Amino acid sequence: MTGADVMAKCLEAENTRVVFGYPGVAICPFFDAMSNTDIDMVLVRTEQNAGHMASGYARSTGQVGVCAVTSGPGATNLLTGIATAYADSIPLVCISGQVETDQLGSDVFQEADVTGAAESFVKYSYLIKDVKDIPRAFKEAFHIANSGRRGPVLIDVPADIQKAQIQSFKYPEEVSLRTYKPTVKGHIQQIKKAVAELTKAKRPLICAGGGVFLSDAQDELQSFVERHRIPLVTTMMGIGVLPTGHELNFGMIGNNGCIQATRAMSECDMLIMVGARVADRAVKQPDLIMEHKVLVHIDVDPAEIGKNVGPTIPIVGDAKYVFKDFDTIDFDIDTSEWVDTLKGYRKLPGGRKVPEGYIDPADFVKSLSTAMDEDAIYVADVGQNQIWSCRNVNVKKGRFFTTGGMGTMGYAIPAAIGAKIADKKRQVVAVCGDGGFQMSMCELAVLKQEELSVKVVVLKNNYLGMVREFQHFNLNDNYEMVDLPDYPNLKYLAKAYDMDYIRLDKKEEQADAIKDFLSEKGSALMEVVIDPLDTVRYASH
Amino acid sequence: MKKIYSVLVENRSGVLSKVSGLFARRCFNIESLAVGETDDPNVSVMTIVSSGDMRTIEQIEKQLNKKLDVIKVKTFDEDMSICRELMLLKVKYNKSNRREIMEICDAMKAEIVDMSRNLMIIQICDRPERTKMLIKLLAQVSIVEIARTGTLALSKCENE
Repeated sequence: MTGADVMAKCLEAENTRVVFGYPGVAICPFFDAMSNTDIDMVLVRTEQNAGHMASGYARSTGQVGVCAVTSGPGATNLLTGIATAYADSIPLVCISGQVETDQLGSDVFQEADVTGAAESFVKYSYLIKDVKDIPRAFKEAFHIANSGRRGPVLIDVPADIQKAQIQSFKYPEEVSLRTYKPTVKGHIQQIKKAVAELTKAKRPLICAGGGVFLSDAQDELQSFVERHRIPLVTTMMGIGVLPTGHELNFGMIGNNGCIQATRAMSECDMLIMVGARVADRAVKQPDLIMEHKVLVHIDVDPAEIGKNVGPTIPIVGDAKYVFKDFDTIDFDIDTSEWVDTLKGYRKLPGGRKVPEGYIDPADFVKSLSTAMDEDAIYVADVGQNQIWSCRNVNVKKGRFFTTGGMGTMGYAIPAAIGAKIADKKRQVVAVCGDGGFQMSMCELAVLKQEELSVKVVVLKNNYLGMVREFQHFNLNDNYEMVDLPDYPNLKYLAKAYDMDYIRLDKKEEQADAIKDFLSEKGSALMEVVIDPLDTVRYASH
Repeated sequence: MKKIYSVLVENRSGVLSKVSGLFARRCFNIESLAVGETDDPNVSVMTIVSSGDMRTIEQIEKQLNKKLDVIKVKTFDEDMSICRELMLLKVKYNKSNRREIMEICDAMKAEIVDMSRNLMIIQICDRPERTKMLIKLLAQVSIVEIARTGTLALSKCENE
């Protein structure tokens, strides 16, 4: 048996169902061994997207997403995928081929020190120098990736190690890592303290982040929120922890958030942050906004607590366990007045004016997501399209994916493909701008190759809209490096990839177009023509 | 505020770069860093002297603990610890200043450990502020080379 056989067996032992990857000489022994397994192999078009597909897969299933690439450029191409997963705390195991052990450090063809390059954005990495270490490294990697604060783990395997012979395979049953024992159960005294503060609070608020999904705590959170009628806001990564139409969900906070969420944040007298890291885009001046408030910060990563703002009551633990413990304590609070105030903010005047011949992206997102299946997955890319999506998406029992941490353009299509492969029965829609779309449109080929039905929307404004908007507000309309001419022609492009194509530029056709688009049997591409000069700023919910 | 971090780490290849890389990437300051094996050959100890405001100091400890190769972090103040630094100084001397250099060494409890016709190596093992003082005192002599361990520290027995 070879090292590559052992790697394949490790993935079988971890119940890996699919590997996203791209070959090269240094990873070929591994791919060769994988042909003896039942694990699906998905050939991507560029390595970065193997990382994003694994991310979409992991977010949809809660299991570790796996990708495999070759050494040198294969590995460096994957770095953006790894960094994106790290910023968004997504569990991945990334396998890279490496040059032969005796050539390490000699700058041979396709050699790159990938463990060194990735060090600051992996949870951990391995450079395997002995074939006997493979099972332990894989066992640890899967455990590390999908426990505590989730994140990517990199395993770099030199080609000679993949080819090396080994007598037998034994997968370790347990992980023994003396340096890694994440605290999942919150300290009960801290939880009691938080409850004591809650009973005193007049205007309590919960702010939920992506960590709630990662610990699969949506149900626990919802029952807590409903039982005590505590209003909730979310970060970008937390959209959909409660259905967006839930009466106690007041939307996304932050500089791109909705008015009622922002007001809730500034007016509450007690804030429970859970699975959210108080990042700059969510809370601009943490110390200022937290003045005169009781702050409870719940996070599985102790380093996040107190990093950007000093909490009154820190609770280190996994959200699911913490809310289960909250649930064991009886207490009564009356928030009816506060909830009514917040509901009033929903009615604040807003409204958008869109010129003739263009579709209003905010209204389009609302209609599209409302027409989607109950459990559908909506994947937003990065840029203006993302902000319109975040503010207007209607998440029912489904999910909303986007990269809130890293903001990597081109994320939506590969992440949607990963999510579709995770569950082919589930409706998956990717919404991009014309910039992000062109960063990963090569992956449309994968849709056909894997016989997937993914719906792709391009909100087309012939600009890199978010940057153009920045230049509009900050650089006196000096539109430099943001023009996207009308190429590629999306109609022909859809034809080239054998996809159905729909163009939408008339408001009155919107409802029917969305209906047709979602009911297409195969993959479909929808071009939505929007006003090039539209901005997300000042545009209200 | 100055802090000393005594960090037990797995003695694996790349661990020094992981820890020093963490300081660089998060813009934490390193005043000195010393590494050596412990009584257990699988474990090394890093003694890192750093400084920063309260939040930085707390973050350093938390981020160190987050590294999977870090076994244990002990953080303490200088006055809670016994600190020593070993320093070797190669200096150029001549007839006119030889006497003075020897007097300085005497006063500082430094030792001359090697000598040629015009060069000598002075060794001092003392508290970091005293090694600094010796450099200052020998500044008028021409210092050719310096090698120092950086601060080594253990928290005082009474604090255990």
